[in-house]
Amino acid sequence: MASDDTLPDDRRQMMESINRFLQDSVPHNHELGLRVEDLGVAEATMRLPYAEKLVGNPETGVLHGGAVTTLIDAACGISVFMKMARMARIATLDLRIDYLHPAAPGKDLLARAECYKLTRAVAFVRALAHHGDPANPVASAQGTFIIVED
Amino acid sequence: MDTPPSPSLRIANILRQVRLTGEYPLLAEAIPYARFLGIGVENTTGEVLCRMRYAPMLIGNSSIPALHGGTLGGLLESAAIFELLLRTQTDRVPKIISITVDFLRSGRPQDTLAKATITRLGRRVANLQVQAWQEDRSRPIASANALFLVS
Repeated sequence: MASDDTLPDDRRQMMESINRFLQDSVPHNHELGLRVEDLGVAEATMRLPYAEKLVGNPETGVLHGGAVTTLIDAACGISVFMKMARMARIATLDLRIDYLHPAAPGKDLLARAECYKLTRAVAFVRALAHHGDPANPVASAQGTFIIVED
Repeated sequence: MDTPPSPSLRIANILRQVRLTGEYPLLAEAIPYARFLGIGVENTTGEVLCRMRYAPMLIGNSSIPALHGGTLGGLLESAAIFELLLRTQTDRVPKIISITVDFLRSGRPQDTLAKATITRLGRRVANLQVQAWQEDRSRPIASANALFLVS
């Protein structure tokens, strides 16, 4: 029987196992230092540490959109795992990202993703990227994933 | 008194040089993220293309193995930025407004090429369409539509 005090333990265990999975099986996320920051029922928050190598405009120090895409894609994928309550083989079908304002140079970026609908074949996700205040997002995203039969 | 050149002058200088001499590799070398991903701009066939050289750290799924979707997004967006830098007279990196990426096939552990086409260049906004492929150009592995603010 699930009680309130067992949930944080479950969540911490889940975070540890997902972080271990990212480190062992997703070399590019590991290379970027992506980590799970928080997990919810159908939600995942991931952190991308700021790094000079990820800069897209050397005049401003602003992160390249590709790094933001990688962060959002990763958070969205893990939100699908949370919605499914297990890890499965999934693949991104499409991802749209709106850049609401440039990421601040030198600051870590967080992405909070929510899988708001899951069918047998497809997962629908949305996400916001921000510097710590979700009310002031840097980017907004929407995507779909295919659930690969396993 | 000597003052260091402003960064915008440096990008503007690189652009002027590349437009004049066709030394395309200089362009990608000026962008840290492009260097990190191993993205280069080349013109070996009379057509300017972007190439992301394969490296193990680009992998997003070790068991297939397949390239990380984020690296393909980064390549598509980079190809669009380089196309705008080379085709317009801008002297700064264009700001992205939005990008929609379709992942069509999994990316194998090998080099990936990309080509961006400007579908509309307005006074303020540019629309681009980008394709990425590996061995067979007629079988793209990812494509994107992207919008940039150019002024």
